[in-house]
Amino acid sequence: MLLVLLLASALAIVRARNLFAVVVLSGIYSFIMATQLTVLDAVDVAMTEASVGAGISTVLLLGTLYLTGSEEAAPGHRPVLPLLVAIATAGMLIYGTLGIPVFGDPSGPIHQHVAPRYLQEAVEATGIPNVVTAVLASYRGYDTLGETTVIFTAGIGVILLLGMGRRARYGAQGQGGGMQEYLVLRVIAKLLIPFALLFALYVQFHGDFGPGGGFQAGVILAAGVIFYTIIFGLANAQRLVPPRLVEILVALGVAIYALVGDIGLLLGGNYLDYFVLDRDPVHGQHRGVFWVEAGVCITVAGVMLAIFFAFAGRRRRPDAKS
Amino acid sequence: MSILLDALGWAFLVAGGAFCIVGAVGMLRMPDLFTRMHAASVIDTLGAGLILLGLLLQAPSWQVGAKLALIMVLLLFTSPAATHALAKAAVARGVRPELEESGEQPSKS
Amino acid sequence: MFAAATLALLAALTLVLVRALAGPTVFDRVLAGNSIGTVAVLLLSVIGFLGGRPDFLDLAIVYALLNVIATIAILKFFEFGSLGDPEEPEDRDEHPA
Repeated sequence: MLLVLLLASALAIVRARNLFAVVVLSGIYSFIMATQLTVLDAVDVAMTEASVGAGISTVLLLGTLYLTGSEEAAPGHRPVLPLLVAIATAGMLIYGTLGIPVFGDPSGPIHQHVAPRYLQEAVEATGIPNVVTAVLASYRGYDTLGETTVIFTAGIGVILLLGMGRRARYGAQGQGGGMQEYLVLRVIAKLLIPFALLFALYVQFHGDFGPGGGFQAGVILAAGVIFYTIIFGLANAQRLVPPRLVEILVALGVAIYALVGDIGLLLGGNYLDYFVLDRDPVHGQHRGVFWVEAGVCITVAGVMLAIFFAFAGRRRRPDAKS
Repeated sequence: MSILLDALGWAFLVAGGAFCIVGAVGMLRMPDLFTRMHAASVIDTLGAGLILLGLLLQAPSWQVGAKLALIMVLLLFTSPAATHALAKAAVARGVRPELEESGEQPSKS
Repeated sequence: MFAAATLALLAALTLVLVRALAGPTVFDRVLAGNSIGTVAVLLLSVIGFLGGRPDFLDLAIVYALLNVIATIAILKFFEFGSLGDPEEPEDRDEHPA
């Protein structure tokens, strides 16, 4: 049922010409997708999809719309060839899925090799009840280091291309430049922003026991600061979180992650070996996962903020009006 | 006693679901943006309140109950703010409510 | 009974989605998006209880937060035309709704 709704919103996104509508519909798509993922029992993924797709992506797409104008240009030709290619690819993929075992079939290969070992051993070996976090941060910690580096690279790319809006033009005299005169929103912001920041910390540390972890916590943290920027203006936000600090944060997270690996090397184990980090292996796992998740959170929050500041600080070019 | 709590919980859940449908139908059938906002607020207050109350009565532990209460408070604070901002933005963009053609001023516009 | 509530919420979700697809102005769509977020929060809470996993409530809190942030971001964009600074007043007429 939810898949039908997904299909409907995806079709609407393709057909809509007004890009504001597309942005709202993309947010709706992300919400429905996250619900679908929850139904499939993948809660960590659902939380990440909800926070990134429905919150941050909407805000960043809006920032792009400001710079590019909001009507989609009419296509110059009928896209018959791309349509045929897309249909052919979809056909091949669907044909491929016919050979996949039924969803949840216990004798399928995905449940046979590494997965039972992870599921059975994870809790005693690492001491972390949430298997997803254990796999992400410990069994597959090297991959997660790669992912964090990818996010870091994306952040660097945006900073290099767009700059970070150090020129805060309006509101430097304390006018704020945001929606400060809207009393209702200001009060709500004062209530919500501390809650969002606290909740980000909760998600970060609770990730060992329930859904959550570094990535989601970083996104919620960034969302809190972005909310502050929206209500109180870019100048105030940059006084609070200066661009220099954001740059440092972007790099700091990856550095922490890599350092944990190095410390493992120095203490006599392999790279990213958590067993040697403390007096007994399980405590070592706890320490390793804690620092690694902290690194992920810091980098993700920094990159999201960097991208947002880069977009928000741009002045619309006179020739970019739609 | 627990039977009573159970029954009450179910009743609230079903009622909340019904009010959500009512609000959704309202959003479809109302003629104007501002009237649709009224219908949407039904979902946010009665629908959400009743459903969360029903779940609260079924909660297995007090932490779960506290989280449910937190969600309710969050929704209670944020949906009026969002619709307020929406109405302000709509008026700023020139969207006007459809009024009777009788020409008399509405009491508060 | 959870199933009944879930079905009711799914039905409400579908109806609001129709409004989101059909709404003549963008504000209708934003309103529908906000309501879909709220219904999704409720759906998540109910599904969490159905499956016996109250951990999903964290997810519901995340949704509720981000729903509000996204809606207010969209509306700030409409009123001011930018996410960081307000712009010159004469630029405002150029923004289509």
